[in-house]
Amino acid sequence: MAVKVMIPTPLRQYAGKQESIQVEGHTVGEALSGLIARYSDLRRHLYNDEGKIRSFVNVYLNDEDIRYLSKEQTPVKENDVLSIVPSIAGGAPSSGAASGSILRCICS
Amino acid sequence: MAETAVIDAATLSKDEVLRYSRHLIMPEVGMEGQLKLKQARVLCIGAGGLGSPLALYLAAAGVGKLGLVDFDVVDFTNLQRQILHGTSDVGRSKLDSAAATLEEINPNVELVRHETRLTSGNALEIFADYEVVADGTDNFATRYLVNDACVLTGKPNVYGSIFRFEGQASVFATREGPCYRCLYPEPPPPGLVPSCAEGGVLGVLPGIIGAIQALETIKLIIGKGEPLVGRLLLFDALGLKFRELKLRKNPECPACGLHPSIDHLIDYEEFCGIRGQEVNTVSEIPEITPVELKQMMDEGREFRLVDVREPHEYDICRIPGSVLIPLGEVPARMNELDSAQEIVVHCRSGARSARAVDFLRKAGFARIHNLKGGILAWSDQVDPSVPKY
Repeated sequence: MAVKVMIPTPLRQYAGKQESIQVEGHTVGEALSGLIARYSDLRRHLYNDEGKIRSFVNVYLNDEDIRYLSKEQTPVKENDVLSIVPSIAGGAPSSGAASGSILRCICS
Repeated sequence: MAETAVIDAATLSKDEVLRYSRHLIMPEVGMEGQLKLKQARVLCIGAGGLGSPLALYLAAAGVGKLGLVDFDVVDFTNLQRQILHGTSDVGRSKLDSAAATLEEINPNVELVRHETRLTSGNALEIFADYEVVADGTDNFATRYLVNDACVLTGKPNVYGSIFRFEGQASVFATREGPCYRCLYPEPPPPGLVPSCAEGGVLGVLPGIIGAIQALETIKLIIGKGEPLVGRLLLFDALGLKFRELKLRKNPECPACGLHPSIDHLIDYEEFCGIRGQEVNTVSEIPEITPVELKQMMDEGREFRLVDVREPHEYDICRIPGSVLIPLGEVPARMNELDSAQEIVVHCRSGARSARAVDFLRKAGFARIHNLKGGILAWSDQVDPSVPKY
């Protein structure tokens, strides 16, 4: 099954600067594995050391959170859209305080 | 006195009828909705990028009492997006500047200034006076604090967040809807950090997301329309695309689930892993000051100056003689450096370069230093002609 994975702005730098990528797979897990096989730098941003999807990164199949489907075992259909949605904190990134950016920026 | 206030809040003056006439002639707002706005008490956390359009529209719409929480001072880098503040406000407290702007927009609004950092110690007390909280903060610790305080006090949390060209909005912590922790149980750990250069924000973006927060706040107050409860709105400014994802209330949520474990406000900086990290950074990384670096240059000493910022930052300003190796390329390009040679690494403020120094030291570079305070400190202490950003 060919599915489209939507890459959020902060992770595009690890995915060839693309906003979406077509991958193959029968399940969400297979599709994400296919993605990481091509863009290995994405792995540590999506998975923790135990190989689980990080808790500040949500994955949606179309408009449903996979945590409420069958997680990574959720089957995908042709032309489904997978969205990676990490938490972002920015609001008033001001005067360079440790703030204002996704996955936390530590500049000061 | 109290009686007068009640009567005032229950009717509109002739001037107010004229001012809000474009609301009043719409049945969805009408006199009933406008009076609800007049009686409403809204707290805006942050008077910055998101807080600007939020507070401006809420004041213009006639919200009766508008609280603002901020402790910052206006600086030049704010003006590109924080439209509550103008050039002559630079150096002034954001709350003073915001109050002047908002009073000019609508003198009928009662503005309450909370000139303080929102903390676990003061949040519940501040929230007590308000019905709706709009979160325009810029860091994870305050996001979780606002969420938990909203859940504990039973007040909706009108959420907006931005990054570069991308925004998110939702309404959390209503009785039936999910909260921020249902969406993201935990913040990112401090280790997983792309460089600051990936930060930045298009100035219009907070205008759009903050205006959506104002809209949702007004809808909650007047009780009309479909609030953004149980939905996460994603906005991509470059593609000009709005998308919507379903959010569910997590029965296991530690804040709003069936068996909540969070029954009081916690230490959110610790929760977000902010503390220990600062100590580490300072104690382990060998540093030199800009003045010492200048001395090395003046003495003609042999060393390599490495700038680990991004190319677009290098275009803004640079220290003469530096070689650009963006942080992300350091592992692949460290063979361009000679570990026998003395090396000074710098970035904008010293944080990214500290990580580069840490990495290179582990890779065997012993004669390596971090420029304390980065090019910003270089501008302050050595060469004021270097622009700061």
